[in-house]
Amino acid sequence: MTERSRHTDPDVLAVAPPGTDRAVDGALPADPRELLVDDPGALVYESGLEIEARSQWAYARRRFMRHRLALGSLIVLIGIFVCGIFANVIAPYSYREIPYTDLAGVSVIDVNQVLSPPSTKHLFGTDSAGRDTFSRTLYGIRTSARVGILVGVLSTIIGTIIGGLAGFYGGWIDNLLMRLTDLFLTLPLLAVLLTASKFLGSSTPTKLALLLAALIWTTIARVVRGSFLSLREKEYVEAARAAGSGDVRIMLRHMLPNTIGPIVVAATLTIGVAILLEAVLSFLGFGIEPPTAALGALLNDGQDTGIEQWWLVTFPGLVIVLIVLCINFIGDGLRDALDPTQRRVRA
Amino acid sequence: MTPSIPLSAASVPDPLLSIKDLVVEFSTEDGVVQAVDGVSYDLYPGETLGIVGESGSGKSVSTMSILGLIPQPPGRIVRGEAMFNGTDLLKLSKKALRHVRGNEVALVFQDPMTSLNPVLKIGHQIGEAIRTHHSELKEDAIKERVLDLLRVVGVPNPERRYDQYPHEFSGGMRQRAMIAMAISNSPSLLIADEPTTALDVTIQAQILEVLKKAQDETHAATILITHDLGLIAELADRVVVMYAGKVVELGDVNTIFASPRHPYTVGLMDSLPKIGVDEDWLRPIPGQPPSLINRPPGCPFHPRCFLSQGRAICREDEPPLRPVGDTKHLSACHFAEELEGRTGLVQPVGAEV
Amino acid sequence: MLTYILRRVLYSIPVLVATSFLIFTFVSISGDPLGRLRASPNITAERLARIEHSKNLDRPVIVRYGYWVRDAVTNQFGTTLFGNRKIWPDLKRVIGHTLQFILSALIISVIIGVAIGVYSALRQYSLFDYTATTLSFVGFATPVFWLALMLQVLVVQIYLKWDIRVFYTSGLSSVDPGTGFQWLLDRIQHLALPVIALSVLSTAVYSRFMRASMLEVLNSDYVRTARAKGLVERRVIMKHAFRNALIPLVTVVAIDFGAIFAGAIVTETIFTLDGMGYYFINSLQASDPYPVMAWLMVVATMVVTFNLIADVLYGVFDPRIRYD
Repeated sequence: MTERSRHTDPDVLAVAPPGTDRAVDGALPADPRELLVDDPGALVYESGLEIEARSQWAYARRRFMRHRLALGSLIVLIGIFVCGIFANVIAPYSYREIPYTDLAGVSVIDVNQVLSPPSTKHLFGTDSAGRDTFSRTLYGIRTSARVGILVGVLSTIIGTIIGGLAGFYGGWIDNLLMRLTDLFLTLPLLAVLLTASKFLGSSTPTKLALLLAALIWTTIARVVRGSFLSLREKEYVEAARAAGSGDVRIMLRHMLPNTIGPIVVAATLTIGVAILLEAVLSFLGFGIEPPTAALGALLNDGQDTGIEQWWLVTFPGLVIVLIVLCINFIGDGLRDALDPTQRRVRA
Repeated sequence: MTPSIPLSAASVPDPLLSIKDLVVEFSTEDGVVQAVDGVSYDLYPGETLGIVGESGSGKSVSTMSILGLIPQPPGRIVRGEAMFNGTDLLKLSKKALRHVRGNEVALVFQDPMTSLNPVLKIGHQIGEAIRTHHSELKEDAIKERVLDLLRVVGVPNPERRYDQYPHEFSGGMRQRAMIAMAISNSPSLLIADEPTTALDVTIQAQILEVLKKAQDETHAATILITHDLGLIAELADRVVVMYAGKVVELGDVNTIFASPRHPYTVGLMDSLPKIGVDEDWLRPIPGQPPSLINRPPGCPFHPRCFLSQGRAICREDEPPLRPVGDTKHLSACHFAEELEGRTGLVQPVGAEV
Repeated sequence: MLTYILRRVLYSIPVLVATSFLIFTFVSISGDPLGRLRASPNITAERLARIEHSKNLDRPVIVRYGYWVRDAVTNQFGTTLFGNRKIWPDLKRVIGHTLQFILSALIISVIIGVAIGVYSALRQYSLFDYTATTLSFVGFATPVFWLALMLQVLVVQIYLKWDIRVFYTSGLSSVDPGTGFQWLLDRIQHLALPVIALSVLSTAVYSRFMRASMLEVLNSDYVRTARAKGLVERRVIMKHAFRNALIPLVTVVAIDFGAIFAGAIVTETIFTLDGMGYYFINSLQASDPYPVMAWLMVVATMVVTFNLIADVLYGVFDPRIRYD
């Protein structure tokens, strides 16, 4: 009854291979259609000798969990981001808090607390105005996380759409889009970012995130384009098309699920890149402007104050390194988990 | 060079290569894979031994491992013996093995496009094989020999071809170059691993001829590894059938084709399209090859076996490789006798080629 | 081969032209160069109009593009908007300094990166491999500017504690650098820290890449053939594996050039080196569009040239694409 519908559904047609039944040597069933059994492996299950098939996601999850470094990094990263998000709760001092003291009835800045090295009272030390570096770092983390995730999401959306269209349609659309991205590539990304930031303005995290996303999507677009280009040639796409599926349906149902792996990996790494770029821009004075906290700006202040006060420069930077390191490990773990072509044989 | 010894000679000569109880395993993410599980066979001078089996049957690994060509982390030779000209290859030092490779034992691989170094000239690569084992020869002598070899394998215009790169050769010509490389030091054993699988059907026949010619020139014994029964019928003197890392049947090529005594071999023969027989459907062997990790006891073929019919002994006891009828015809099946009288392919299809 | 080079050169020209147009429109349209002046109460409206006219700022974009190109080709990129300083002499000077800097970093990164990568591949899963892998991950995560700062901090702390000046932390040369060898030594001492800071990221990139490339090649069929021929392992690795693994590195270095340039911008600013990066930042901060455009144009040309050299080198190393 459902035999016909099963074998004309475009998605099934392309995937299900016919099997054969050979119960007794030499005997063939009268009706050849009986040979088209749903499950060719059905004949062999009891012995326990056949190769176990696993679902793709189970495989991926298992592999990620085994990548202890990635797992550890995920935990650390979540910890750091949580600290940042709840900065206003955790931070012992406020971002702008300047310690005052009473000098003969007049409120003046407490010089004793200015430029003090790390201590129990100020974990990361204080700067030239006596502000607590630890607290400022926490607020900076919050900004970085915000920018990073925003850029990740935006650039993934843009990149997937453009890359997908280019890869799927090929031809002049692909050519045009690729030439455009090539043109952008002739200039170093940082130079373009700096120019754009100066002339278009990027003083708030949101504006900066938009600017970054507008220029970083090319990596993800390349990934999606490459994947779609190769998937386009696969037989099940041709089969789906022959059965009358529309373009969008093919892209969404057949190609996108197969590309999700590389997209996720690329998106994760993009977040790391975005955070680094935000730091550089803020450091050079072209990014987020005060009063919003930014790790790069902290480093700029640190450099201005003087290299002798090493704690001003070391800690915010270490935090950046830690964040990006975790992101990269997670990305690596994801790549191991989601990329089926990688072989990893452990000795 | 050993003159070829007819098999019907009254005195059976000593085997050139004798593999006994070879066990090779690989460590993978999913567990330890028993790629070769207690394999034994002999090879006599001047003969062609065909090894037949599906992918994963262990046919390539059994020959590669004795030459030290499998990567030894993941891979491991657990036990076994491989006597070649009186020495156990498995006990040789790496240095000694190197002297054997490309010299007394040579290999021809499956895909000539990827088996040749794309950035080096063909002449240079063939010459390298000679130079490695005969460092005393001068460059022009080596070049002369290479040109000679190219002529033997039938590459036209060898002087011009000498200076060309692999991508400038066609598929068939590349394989000829590979064969030239293999016979360059007059080996006594030639191992051809799926030599025609990657080639067009029309070219396959040509390469077959080149292989035969190479055998004639060197009088080398040949191990022909393939899943193509037609090739076996054409070239082999004796046949080893492998399944799931074990030898399931072994014998003379005519005997195997005329009266196979193992259900797997029968299945293989049956699955070939036959000229002159009216059939509506092809008959592959049902099911999948078994996982080579953590094998349960019993015969590895029994889940797919039409002869087994669920009999307990097939599930419990691994059948030993024993003579059936003729001492030179061995089969690893509890019920091999039940196949008596059953004919396989009396006229092998490949013979028409 | 020659036709291949010629063809690539000819292809680069329209790319550069398109890039120049892109640069010009982008910079001119995205900001009002006279914005600061406009906001200032000291300038009268008619004075503003005169400035506009003299700089051709009241004409449409295409015309201004034309003027700019003319200036670029004939008048050495003309003069800055504010201060009327000739652009090209400054630019020429800083290009030289930056090239010294970048090329040193590049050569060092390639040599060290390739060595580490190849050795990691040969001793896969060894302690060296794991250490190198971890270090390269750290290298990827370390912002170049922070590394530069930390190096400065380190050197300064050493100086403060033990009164030893290991390297200089700023400037290209001392006040009186001497001549000949002494000058060279002085320059090296000044460039050491910046070069280290710049090389770390690239070394990490190249070592990871070489490791992956080498591993892939070591698993290839032709390496198996080389072993089957009985070649000594060292020969197999050097002549067959390494040669092939090195080829794609050319492309990686070419792509990395942009990143090296970006790193140079930042490092020069931190170490106050009189180079292109420093020049660029200063021009940007002054909101002066003309030196910015000139700079972008020069960099684009450098990148295109570098890519061209890389393509040609690739053809030299890989016989498969010689007669493209």
